[in-house]
Amino acid sequence: MKGEAVATKKGFHPIDGMRDWWADAPQWQRYGVYIALLVFALILPAPAIGQFMSPDADWTGVLVYPVGTYILLAVGLNIVVGHAGMLDLGFVAFFAIGAYTFAYFGTKHGWSFWGTLVVGIFLAALSGVILGAPTLRLRGDYLAIVTLGFGEIVRITANNTDEIGGARGITNIPHPEPVFGMEFILDAAPYYYLMVGAITLVIIFSVRLHRSRVGRAWAAIREDEDAAELMGVPTFKFKLLAFAIGAMIGGFAGGIHASRAVFIQPETFPFILSATILAAVVLGGAGNLPGVIFGAFVIGWLPERFRFLSEYRILAFGAVLVLMMALRPEGLLPSRQRKAELREGTGGMGAMGGEVAGPDSDSTAAEVGTK
Amino acid sequence: MLQELQNQFLPSTISGLVIGSIYALVALGYTMVYGVLRLINFAHSEIFMIGTIASLVTLTAIAPAGALSGIAMIGVLLLLVLIASVVSGGAAVLLEQIAYRPLRKKGATRLAALISAIGASLFLQELFGLEVINWLTGKPGRNQQSAPRFVDRDTVFSIGNANIRTDQILVVVSAVIMMVILDQLVSRTRIGRGIRATAQDPEAAVLMGVSIDKIVRITFLLGGAMAGAAAALYVMEIENTNYRIGFVLGIKAFTAAVLGGIGNLRGALLGGIVLGLVETWSAIFLGSQWNDVTAFVILVLVLMFRPTGILGESLQRARA
Repeated sequence: MKGEAVATKKGFHPIDGMRDWWADAPQWQRYGVYIALLVFALILPAPAIGQFMSPDADWTGVLVYPVGTYILLAVGLNIVVGHAGMLDLGFVAFFAIGAYTFAYFGTKHGWSFWGTLVVGIFLAALSGVILGAPTLRLRGDYLAIVTLGFGEIVRITANNTDEIGGARGITNIPHPEPVFGMEFILDAAPYYYLMVGAITLVIIFSVRLHRSRVGRAWAAIREDEDAAELMGVPTFKFKLLAFAIGAMIGGFAGGIHASRAVFIQPETFPFILSATILAAVVLGGAGNLPGVIFGAFVIGWLPERFRFLSEYRILAFGAVLVLMMALRPEGLLPSRQRKAELREGTGGMGAMGGEVAGPDSDSTAAEVGTK
Repeated sequence: MLQELQNQFLPSTISGLVIGSIYALVALGYTMVYGVLRLINFAHSEIFMIGTIASLVTLTAIAPAGALSGIAMIGVLLLLVLIASVVSGGAAVLLEQIAYRPLRKKGATRLAALISAIGASLFLQELFGLEVINWLTGKPGRNQQSAPRFVDRDTVFSIGNANIRTDQILVVVSAVIMMVILDQLVSRTRIGRGIRATAQDPEAAVLMGVSIDKIVRITFLLGGAMAGAAAALYVMEIENTNYRIGFVLGIKAFTAAVLGGIGNLRGALLGGIVLGLVETWSAIFLGSQWNDVTAFVILVLVLMFRPTGILGESLQRARA
């Protein structure tokens, strides 16, 4: 949740201390923090905060899209990239599948939002399995390019299929039916609360998974797939599971986005969105949920805050990505485990091959070098 | 359908070879950097884009009066390739210096380097779209930029119903020459040995007196130069470009590299040609709007049966 992200923003060094405190905190303190975060999330759309955070656009709207949507997607992608260590460059495909499912059944058959949401999540998971089953034998960069290809296939197929509007897309997507007397209209507030609910749900789901047997299997696969296989972890099954769960969350976000946006078209789901979400995950610190959420918040919010840069926003965004990676390659809030891996020089996903492990390597290279 | 196939098969094969050679040249840059650093250099597509802009500006500056032929045509093409290669090679070295070297020094994960690459790619694209193209050409940077034609498009000879034009021969022949030069460079020279050694085992290479930094810089320089040459050929053949041209071409080229076996120079050639052919052939049946889809489906199929690409992964084993 946003609250959690902002609460940990204060400084980088006290964070380890905070983690120690958190690890030993009794249950009532933990629940206190949860409630505080939830209250914070609920008052976040207040205009006073919005004036500073987003002077040029409707703050609640910004909190729904891009911020909230990015957070939801980043939590989903974090399961694939951060937990299971698979590089997915086509995550936007699942977002698109969720959105199109809702848009199609909502406009053509008048299905209810809540029912269609389940169908959309199911279809996204199914497409995750369909993509994953033949390709998850591949590793690292091969998987990356195949997923990238999948993202493009989905977009091009949507573009060339008239049944779902082709390049024109789908308009007049219905809003969700009211719940608890809360009407979903063009106003962003109900969507914001829906988003907070969705994010909370997904966070609980993700944390429970991470701490379960499944999460440990993912960690084993991420660290060393061969070793995991030898120790009896059915790696393929768990990789497929991670992929499908990531896809489900992507589809979930897609359904919500479609009904909020009222209009979608293939260009709503470009490759750059996959890259942006991946950037959010890595920037925040892959594998560490508060970090990922914070990263998604920053990535979603910064371009809105700097709207006055108008067309230079994306240029600045690119420069910030390069700069952030140069300064903190392990992410803003790395998980402790990943940080330790980095210190060893192996770093989970594998260090860049041209680098010789250890901090002294460049001096070695210079001394022995042929310069 | 069969009639159509019969009519279009040979012409499609020719245009597939032409576009495939361009994919292959760009793929070399991905494959070399991957071989040495195990890194997908995502911003390589922008290096290609910069090359097309450099060619365009050069071409406009020379302002050839219509289509040339003979020595003048070859001369202009050589100049174009030279300038684009220098500009792209320089840009690639600069990119490595700014976006990858600091990460390498910190022993960062390849994932971090990938994000840095995506950032650099966005930055360069926007920089050119907003400022550079406008500044160089005086035309709005977001628009499609068209290049003057300088190669006559006469039919040189025909095979069956396929007419083979001068420009098509030039693209394929130039691409093959560039690739042979690179292949020889990597397999025969001292620098090439350094590159292969680093690709095989960076730690041992350092102990044997190889300067990794220097090798990485040379790798980026060579890859960038190849992308520049491809860009010059592209501008000659397609006759237009824009600031976002890199994305689609970059994806295709990377697909070609993976298809052939990434890290393998000859694999890049094979992958590029196969991809070009498959694309143009499939366009006969499905229409060209499905080109990218077939390309990726083929990729998935090949990887399912040969997970390391057609020729396998081996820059270190690239021998003459």
